[in-house]
Amino acid sequence: MADDLRAAVAAGVFAAEDSYRALLRATVEVARAIFHAKAASVFLLDEAAEELVFEAVAGEGADSLVGRRFPADTGVAGWVLVTRQPLVVEDLTADTRFSREAAESTGFVPKGLMAVPLLAEERVLGVLEVLDRPQQAKFTLAEIDLLGLFANQAAIALDLLQRARRAKAALQGDGELGTLARLAATLEDGDEERRAAGLELLAALERLV
Amino acid sequence: MSLLAHEAEDEELPAWSLPAAASESIRLQAAWPERVTRDWAWGGSTGKGVRVCILDSGVEVDHPLVGEVQRSVAVSKNGDELEVHDDAEGDLCGHGTACAGIVRSLAPDCELVSVRVLGAGYTGSAAVLLRGLEWAIEQGFDVVNMSLSTTKKQYVDRLHELADVAYFERTMLVASAHNMPVESFPWRFASVISVGSHELDDPHAFFANPSPPVEFFARGLGLEVAWLGGGTIHATGNSFATPHVAGICALILAKHPELTPFHLKSVLHLTSNNVAGNVDG
Repeated sequence: MADDLRAAVAAGVFAAEDSYRALLRATVEVARAIFHAKAASVFLLDEAAEELVFEAVAGEGADSLVGRRFPADTGVAGWVLVTRQPLVVEDLTADTRFSREAAESTGFVPKGLMAVPLLAEERVLGVLEVLDRPQQAKFTLAEIDLLGLFANQAAIALDLLQRARRAKAALQGDGELGTLARLAATLEDGDEERRAAGLELLAALERLV
Repeated sequence: MSLLAHEAEDEELPAWSLPAAASESIRLQAAWPERVTRDWAWGGSTGKGVRVCILDSGVEVDHPLVGEVQRSVAVSKNGDELEVHDDAEGDLCGHGTACAGIVRSLAPDCELVSVRVLGAGYTGSAAVLLRGLEWAIEQGFDVVNMSLSTTKKQYVDRLHELADVAYFERTMLVASAHNMPVESFPWRFASVISVGSHELDDPHAFFANPSPPVEFFARGLGLEVAWLGGGTIHATGNSFATPHVAGICALILAKHPELTPFHLKSVLHLTSNNVAGNVDG
């Protein structure tokens, strides 16, 4: 019974993580399609490591980049992350340092990119980048607004994904929530009398805290 | 010509109240022209003598479009302390160089100082930004270009306080507006000039927005800007519109050093492209 409960909760959490990852992937695919771009990616900020991690990639590099990391406080993505400002840059190949870093981290050097921070209220979760939209197309400020709308959607997906991961870690770990999950399982598994007594105790605890 | 007659006088001014007998001592000269035009505001000005601070990713040394940078400092962490020190790292992104180049293109003779607030690690980057701004205000720059913002609520009060100090100390903060559905600062504060983008190619074209908090729109679309490696790229964003207004502020202050941020905002308003009767101004 306890195993069943844990399995049920875990199944919900694991399935949620898969769904949210799929949602994020779908968001970058739509971003890529709508801007007719060569690639689009979402970077997740790993605050503890102070690094940005490729979390979802559409187009060029889709198969190889997820999981790659780079410093969170330099370059165009770092600037966008720290300043909370969207940025569009073209003819980037003139910037030799950028070209080298891009080639090393992504395997191809974009000519241009649009980058926008992924914000959930006051927190910054990461960066959305759209690489190599058609150069001949004159850029408009409306496109920046559109990118902002996509960023909002991607930020929600990324937030959900992170929550699902935290829930999973909590269920598996020895932390406070792990304890609660084990307690719930024990209650579920106990006989009726023990369960009633346990619930009474929990109700008293709830009033207390 | 000074707008403020009291500037030349040594006598102490009343701070919290104004006795009747003292009113003459703070008399303002009627130096405003009948009509404030662009020619009155900055005609013939090159920005000479005005000190502009670029609070950004650093500025590349010897970039041909930037020219001389009087000083470069960076904010870095030393344990729990944030330190401001001289810096030879240059630019960690390209953006600060772009902003410096835009200010230079408008105000060729102004002084430029770079405060690098990028590269001290992601954690605490809002505190680093704040320390950089604090330093810039202490240094008494005439104009601080801030193509950046923070969303961290815990820093909003301090940022607000700093923006007000700058306003009264005659340091004009020019900050990029944020076009995303999230609140960020300091561009929302009334004591700074907030800037968004328009789509025209004219670097001198700017528009007063009748519906703040974005107060002015300046050139921010597809412009050629200085970037790393001595080169240029094409770029778009409010963060490039902002140094246009900073550069124009430098031009105005070089010609009219007596103007306070309050006056400066009024002059910008009166010389905006969309202000009635000024379209050809």
